[in-house]
Amino acid sequence: MILNPKISRRSFIAGTAAVGGGLALGLQLPFGPTVVRAADGSPEIGVWVVIRPDDTVVIRVVRSEMGQGTITGLAQLVAEELECDWSKVVTEYPTPGESVKRKRAWGDFSTGGSRGIRTSHEYVRKGGAAARMMLVQAAANQWGVPASECAAANSIVTHGPSMRRVSYGKVAEAAARLQPPKDVKLKDPKEWKVIGKPMKRLDTRDKVNGKQVYGFDLKLPGMLNAAIKECPVFGGKVKSFDVARVASLKGVRKVVQVGDSAVAVVADTWWQAKTALEQLPVVWDEGPNAKVSSASIAEILKAGLDAEQAFVGNQAGNAKQALAGAAKKIEAVYAYPFQNHVCMEPMNATARYTADKCEVWVPTQDGEASFAAVLAASGLPADKCEVYKINLGGGFGRRGAFQDYVTQAILIAKQMPGTPVKLLWSREEDMVQGRYHPVMQCKLVGGFDAANNLTGLHMRLSGQSILAAVRPAILEQQKGRDPLTFQGVADGGEHSIGYSFPNLLVDHAMRNTHVPPGFWRGVNINQNAVFIECFMDELAEAAGQDPVEFRRKYMAKYPRNLAVLNAVAEGIGWSKPAPAGTFRGVAQMKAFNSYVAAACEISVQGGNKVKVHRIVAATDCGYAVNPAQIERQVSGSFVYGLSALFMQECTVKDGRIQQENFNTYQSMRIAQMPKVETIIVEGGGDVWGGIGEPTICVAAPAVLNAFYKATGKRIRTVPLKNHGIELV
Amino acid sequence: MIRLTINGKTHEVDVDSNTPLLWAIREQVGLTGTKYGCGVAQCGACTVHIDGLPIRSCSIPARVVAGRKITTIEGLASGNTLHKVQQAWIDHEVPQCGYCQSGMIMAAAALLKEKPKPTDADIDEAMTNICRCGTFQEVRAAIHAAAKAA
Ligand code: FES
Ligand code: FES
Repeated sequence: MILNPKISRRSFIAGTAAVGGGLALGLQLPFGPTVVRAADGSPEIGVWVVIRPDDTVVIRVVRSEMGQGTITGLAQLVAEELECDWSKVVTEYPTPGESVKRKRAWGDFSTGGSRGIRTSHEYVRKGGAAARMMLVQAAANQWGVPASECAAANSIVTHGPSMRRVSYGKVAEAAARLQPPKDVKLKDPKEWKVIGKPMKRLDTRDKVNGKQVYGFDLKLPGMLNAAIKECPVFGGKVKSFDVARVASLKGVRKVVQVGDSAVAVVADTWWQAKTALEQLPVVWDEGPNAKVSSASIAEILKAGLDAEQAFVGNQAGNAKQALAGAAKKIEAVYAYPFQNHVCMEPMNATARYTADKCEVWVPTQDGEASFAAVLAASGLPADKCEVYKINLGGGFGRRGAFQDYVTQAILIAKQMPGTPVKLLWSREEDMVQGRYHPVMQCKLVGGFDAANNLTGLHMRLSGQSILAAVRPAILEQQKGRDPLTFQGVADGGEHSIGYSFPNLLVDHAMRNTHVPPGFWRGVNINQNAVFIECFMDELAEAAGQDPVEFRRKYMAKYPRNLAVLNAVAEGIGWSKPAPAGTFRGVAQMKAFNSYVAAACEISVQGGNKVKVHRIVAATDCGYAVNPAQIERQVSGSFVYGLSALFMQECTVKDGRIQQENFNTYQSMRIAQMPKVETIIVEGGGDVWGGIGEPTICVAAPAVLNAFYKATGKRIRTVPLKNHGIELV
Repeated sequence: MIRLTINGKTHEVDVDSNTPLLWAIREQVGLTGTKYGCGVAQCGACTVHIDGLPIRSCSIPARVVAGRKITTIEGLASGNTLHKVQQAWIDHEVPQCGYCQSGMIMAAAALLKEKPKPTDADIDEAMTNICRCGTFQEVRAAIHAAAKAA
């Protein structure tokens, strides 16, 4: 049984039956020469705001909601300047196709790198302010008074001298006919009333009653369902498959090859497609990668630790010389594994292809990247392509730069023109066709003088480059170097190191593998934080100093890093002994232009059962747009980060990933959840920081450092399950 | 053809003998609030109530529960009145992406039915659902709040 599409209000544009058989957003209707109208005919007041006659305020959002609360935060930014009634706010997604038609009127769609708010706050606030000015002007024109005598608040324009009032809905038509102002002044943060408040999320209700439609849930008239299997050895190809064996199974409509590396079964239901696919004999040409294993990869990385050639990421003084002359040296080798994002909702996309139009419905972190995939896979021009963004059941970096599932859905749909095909990946497919957290080893050498002053530090990374696989053009500009590898230990920018050492060298021996790397929530800060922040504890111990005191010595030039470190030290009570039987650890980092630190208290039973009792986490993101959502991102970050630390590794055997589901790739449960106390530090300034990712990276080193205090054991390779250590 | 009683309504569904209840609910009956996350009884996203007990619907054939009383997330509220767990979930803003939350809510509702005033240990034992967004801190607070709401 196929029901009609039931699509959330926010993505109404996706309801292709809704208006004129398709997209009407931005349609120029005859009754207002310069007025651009939304699908329901309500006028746009600039590109970010639509006001309906009933005073509903529709705020456009192009960043994708995947749980991080971005639609609420971005709406707050617009609403603050718009001076609208928050209770009347709804949001909607313009489509990528419409954006292309309107010369990217809404800017960047990409929702990764914790960028949603921090890189668009200014232009969306200006959009809100401009709309307010137009509404005020329209009211003033109506009354024949100067706009300067009018004020806006709560979706009402008031003329002070006469106390006449009019609601936004009543002047929206007139406002939409005005020229947008050129000179738009934003409020001083001190005047904010909506930004900085824990406004309730706009998308909660449908998530507690089953109504929220995710990509997995989409229903279109006449839709069929597809299950897919790609060659489990990355780089391998389909040799042959025996259609006859499954063609007559109930519900099966078609068995197709997808590109040169995958096979899909299309059936009435997904369950039928999946079971038929399991019975379909497929012969793969696995190619030379079938010989690769975790051990062979580790060998290659290990050789990189001492290789001559390496790309320099951060250099001060002469570390090698300083180390050669050191009175005392310590050295350690760390390693970080491949990990999968494991979004709760596996990858999926729905496509309908005809020679005239290719449409895709997809939970995507980047509508424009999806659109590009539609163009490429369909072969149709931009005006015949469209993407409808559907709510995401998690993204974490898997659904942005990578649109492999979109390409697959179109390649299937092209073989059944006119029929919408919903491609759903099984969890098994999702686990073995990931874009994995890069694998990395790291050798650190620190040198001291006779008075126990740190004189030099060399941090040698050896492992995968994400950009080599995903954005090779950047490497070309950088003469082969991947600048992203140095996140958190870089010499400047949004991921700069928070210490000054007299002599420092951070370099990277690039060792790429056939396992495709990706942007895994936090990206390279995760391993770099483990390497540098655990080694800082090793250095502190070698110097006979307290880990917090030791760090502070090198942080004089980094007041904001220091402020969050101090905040967690104070919050956990670092200056006093830990409660009996518990042990503490700390870590700090700058990531995505935010400053983050964590201090934890753990206990260890039987040498291997770790209970994390309490974590104090501080975040300085400049401006806290919605403190309630920041708290949730921070506490959730520890679930992501501690799951990765204790439980998660994708191992490679015969060229393929071995872990196929949650039974071999575990994720934290509520019983393992520590109590997280979040401290928000608002450092202000011109540069805003991100929230969705930064905190994850301090989870692992803080706990590893505490584990050492508890047991005297330095664990230098992740995950801890490989050491028989579990989170309880 | 088997007969499934879901949220008080009877549905005749045409599935073969191995089709899991999850897929009968999602694809035959058309209720998509119940989610797929693993298919192997690990994540709990597919949790429904069968005669009041929380069951992972991905791992039980639909035919086995023919004629039993099945409740999904869509049937948890009574009319327009949300179940107290749903209300607590809204008050505490539990969901992030929300994908796991149908299962989480069904597990919590079943727990409160069995233990109206659950301790933290009870919650730890009963709530074994995976949430990749990491909403556990809010889940715990919301369950305690729902218990107080009585
Ligand atoms: S889908 Fe049933 S437990 Fe995961
Ligand atoms: S809210 Fe996203 S998986 Fe739980």
